[in-house]
This record gives sequence, C-alpha cells and structure tokens, in this order.
Amino acid sequence: MNPERGSGTRTYFSGQHIVKAENLLKKFDDFVAVNRISFQAKTGECFGILGPNGAGKTTTIRMVYGFSPMSGGSLKVFDLDIVTDWRQIKSRIGVCQQENSLDPDLTVLQNLEVFARYFNIPQKEARKKATGLLDFMALDHRLNAPVAELSGGMMRRLVLARSLINNPDLLILDEPTTGLDPQSRHQIWERLEALREQGISILMTTHYMEEASRLCDRLIIIDHGLILVEGKPGELIQQHVGKHVIEIAGPTQELRSFIQSTQFPYEDLGHRLIVYCEEREDLYQRITRDFCKEGCLMRMATLEDVFLKLTGRELRE
Amino acid sequence: MIETSSTRISRRFLRVWQRNLKVYKKSWKISFIPPFLEPLFYLIAFGVGMSGLVGEIHHQGSQISYVSFIAPALIGVSIMYNSFFETTYASFVRMYYQKTFDAMLATPLSLEEVITGEIVWGATKSLIATVIMMVVISFFGFIRFPEGFLLLPLAILGGIAFGSIGMFFSGIVANIEMFNLPVFLFITPMFLFSGTFFPIENLPHWAQQAALLLPLTHLTSLARAFSYGQIHLSMLWEIAYLLLFSIIFFPLAILKMRQRLIK
Repeated sequence: MNPERGSGTRTYFSGQHIVKAENLLKKFDDFVAVNRISFQAKTGECFGILGPNGAGKTTTIRMVYGFSPMSGGSLKVFDLDIVTDWRQIKSRIGVCQQENSLDPDLTVLQNLEVFARYFNIPQKEARKKATGLLDFMALDHRLNAPVAELSGGMMRRLVLARSLINNPDLLILDEPTTGLDPQSRHQIWERLEALREQGISILMTTHYMEEASRLCDRLIIIDHGLILVEGKPGELIQQHVGKHVIEIAGPTQELRSFIQSTQFPYEDLGHRLIVYCEEREDLYQRITRDFCKEGCLMRMATLEDVFLKLTGRELRE
Repeated sequence: MIETSSTRISRRFLRVWQRNLKVYKKSWKISFIPPFLEPLFYLIAFGVGMSGLVGEIHHQGSQISYVSFIAPALIGVSIMYNSFFETTYASFVRMYYQKTFDAMLATPLSLEEVITGEIVWGATKSLIATVIMMVVISFFGFIRFPEGFLLLPLAILGGIAFGSIGMFFSGIVANIEMFNLPVFLFITPMFLFSGTFFPIENLPHWAQQAALLLPLTHLTSLARAFSYGQIHLSMLWEIAYLLLFSIIFFPLAILKMRQRLIK
C-alpha cells in the first residue's frame, strides 16, 4: 500500500499555509460567482469547500489550480503567486477534475505515462512511478486495458493515480466520489487517508457531508459565492445544531404546540418536524410517550444538519 | 531548461504533440492507408479515365500530360485536408468530448502550448501524408528530385497555415456539425477552384483574381513548381502569402480557444 512517493528523501512544502486566498473574486460578466472570500488551508491538512450546486465551489478551486483567472483579490499556493508563478505551482499540485478527463485513446498505463510527460518526468521514472501508483490504486491487473473498459470506480481511481504522478505537495479534488457506489467510495476514502498519513495536503470540494466529516480537518460552507461558516466538522455541528436531532414524521397540531412551548430550535417542514437539542433524553421520552408512538426518532446531529440549516432546503438546480 | 511562468509558449508544447503521435502510432497501419490509396485512385481515375478527354495541358509554356498536371496538386490538397481536418474534427473531439485539453490545463502546460502542440501535430499529419504520397507519385515519375524534397518543408508551412485556420474554427463553432460550414464554403471551393484540376487561367478574369486570394492556389502552385523542379524568385510571394495566413490565424486560433476554454 505504498504509492512510492519519491525515494523517501522528498521534502514537502514546509510553509504554514499551503493555500492563502484573500478577497478572492470571480465574475462572469455581471454574475458574481465567488464574492471576495478569504480562506487559508494549512499545510498537511485536508481542507474542504462545501456548498450546494452553483455555490461557487468548483469556480473557487479552479482558480486555485490556475485554470480560471481571478477577477480580483490575491491567491497564493506554496507562498507563490498564482498570477505570476502559475507554472511552478501547477507542477507541484495534482488535480482530480469533476468531469472524467481520462484519455480514451490510451490504455490505463499509457494514461499515466503520457500525463507524466506533461510534467517533464523522464520516461523511465514515469514507468516506475506509474506502475507503483496503479498498484496502490488496485489497478495493476488492468495495466493494458483501454480506459473505456473500466468501471466508474476504476476510472476514478485512475484519475486519482494520474493526479499523483508528479508527487504533488497539494492534491486538489473536485467532488472525488460523486456518482460512485459505496464500495468504490470507501476505497477512495481509504486511499486518501493513506495519502494523508504520508503528509500530503488536500483541498477538496464535495456535497457529501459524510465524506467531508470523515476526511476534512477543517472546512468552509459557501453559498452564493460567500463563506457562511468555517471550522472543524465536529465544532460546526456542536455550534450550529447541538448534539442531537429529533425527527418527527407526521406531527399532530398538539405536538407542534408542545414543541413550540419547549423553546428548542426546530424546523417545520409540514409533514416533518426537526428539533435540535442537547442531551435531553427526557424530551424525546416525553414526545414518544405523550404524542407519538411511531415515526419519531432521535439521532446524533451530523454535518448534513448544519449544511441544510445554513443553506436552506429548497432545491438548487 | 529553465521555464518561467511568464513564457506562455515553451518547448513543452512538444508534450502535446507527443501525445498525439503516441495515439497515431497505435493505429498507423490504418492511418497511412488513405494517403497511400488516395493519390492512386485519383491518378487512375484522372490519368486513365479523363486524360483521353482532356489531352495535354499548357503549363508555364510547355505541354504536359493531364496526370502530371494534377499529381502535385493532389499533394497540395492533401496538405490542406490533413491539417485542417486534424485541427477541426479531431481536435474538437479531444477538446469537447474527451476533455483532453482540460486535463492538460491542470498540468504545467499553458493553453498556448496545448494549442501550438495541436497545430504542429496537424502540420505533422500533412507531412506524413506528403511523404507517403511522394513515394506513390514518384513511382509514376511525376516528381523531379532533388527539387522534389522541397515538398517536405512546404507540407509543414501549408500544414501550419491550414492547421491554424482549422483551430480557429474549432474555437468558434458551437458544435461539431457546424464544421460543415467552413468545409463547404471554404475547403471544397478551394479543392475545386485553386488550379488543382484545371489551370486558373481557364477561369473568367474576376474568378482568377478571386482564386489568387485562396491559400490553396499558392500551395498548389508551389507544389507543382517543386515537383517539376521549376524554382523561381516569384515563388517567394506565394510562400509569403502562406506565411501570412499562419501569422494571422495562429494567434487568432489561440485567442478564440482562450475565450472558449478559459472561464
């Protein structure tokens, strides 16, 4: 399970912040996609950018990897300026884009070898590195398969392997597990965790809260191009939702009035009540005893509760 | 080699070229058939079928057979086709459907290098086709050497010019079907009216003037001169005219691709 990150003599970027964005602005004509946001990703951490569709996640990280020019503000990666030092920056990052950009004209191994050339990695070294990475990503049995023959999960793993070909200091992942089955997602997560242990820094977007909770040390939730909150997943849950959530399906009018009288924060979705509470077993007991025998459950609060509370429940399409 | 970020075009464009070469080599046995068979078909059809009707042609004060008149023009047409179709349909598929350019732009490659690599690859396809066609046509004795070797740099020059024009269209078309427009309004008329199958002197005066504006007219004329070994100074103007197309359309192609891809 070792992706052979160089020969062990490799030194990672040692500055404090691997990404520093200040007043980052992106406009498309009159539309402001990213509205002067500032954030800093620390070296060695996994930093998440969360948000609903169209919030500005992809636009933000595209600026970080030098694909989209900024409309304003400043952006430093490895303490280098993306405007003037884009080539040095891009040679030290690995990017997994959202859309599949594997080369269908080439085989699995050729995809990595050709990609290595874009980084001016010598052929012999590239071959060694590529086979090591395919081994790490459990693709070593498909070296000569055309990309089109791979499953969705395998393609994602190949994209991830490809993004590691240059021994990046920073890995940028744009929705790394969207559209994958649970087995493939867990496999990707395990690989990312293994990489973390080796010291790689990660900047990622996702709209899977489970993924963010598991992988991210810190994260921001953005919407309409603005940062809503920033912090560690656990702290954000504690701060914005509390410890527990009681979900009540098909609440009666009596129950509604009762919840209102308890002063607990809650959301009324019509057919469903969601009550946010600290450790108050008695509230749950009282509800189940006096109001409803079924259709009521208490669970741990999750990042998804924070997300929905902050960004609302209406559809984003 | 030290590459600073400020150089937008470095030798790294060769990496893009190498990618296309690698893919080409996977199917070279099929890829080299069209440039091999195409001149054969034309030479047979026009040489055997048509020359009886046409007889001999007046060219630069001498009488030549119809087949030897069209043989060098076939090379000119092939230079145009190979680079133009490479940087239109083929590049568009890589850019739009395969997201190959997006992947490249997440590496130290610049957009300028990606586009340059594609255009130079288009010119390389022209060169490969020219070499294969030269072998076939020489076999019939229609190319005089060593002057004939000048067809090789001509293939690169013409390839860059038509490759840049093709890439410009790739930068502006909304979808792949729209390439039909430049093909039918620009490429096909050139194929017919650039002194390829009959001397442009046969056209009415106004049409002759119009034909002189077409880049293929000059490419064909140069291909003929190099094949017959009739080198003269006025050809510099024709070379300059092809260069002009490259100089105009190469930066224009980069500009349009930048507007299309960089958001």
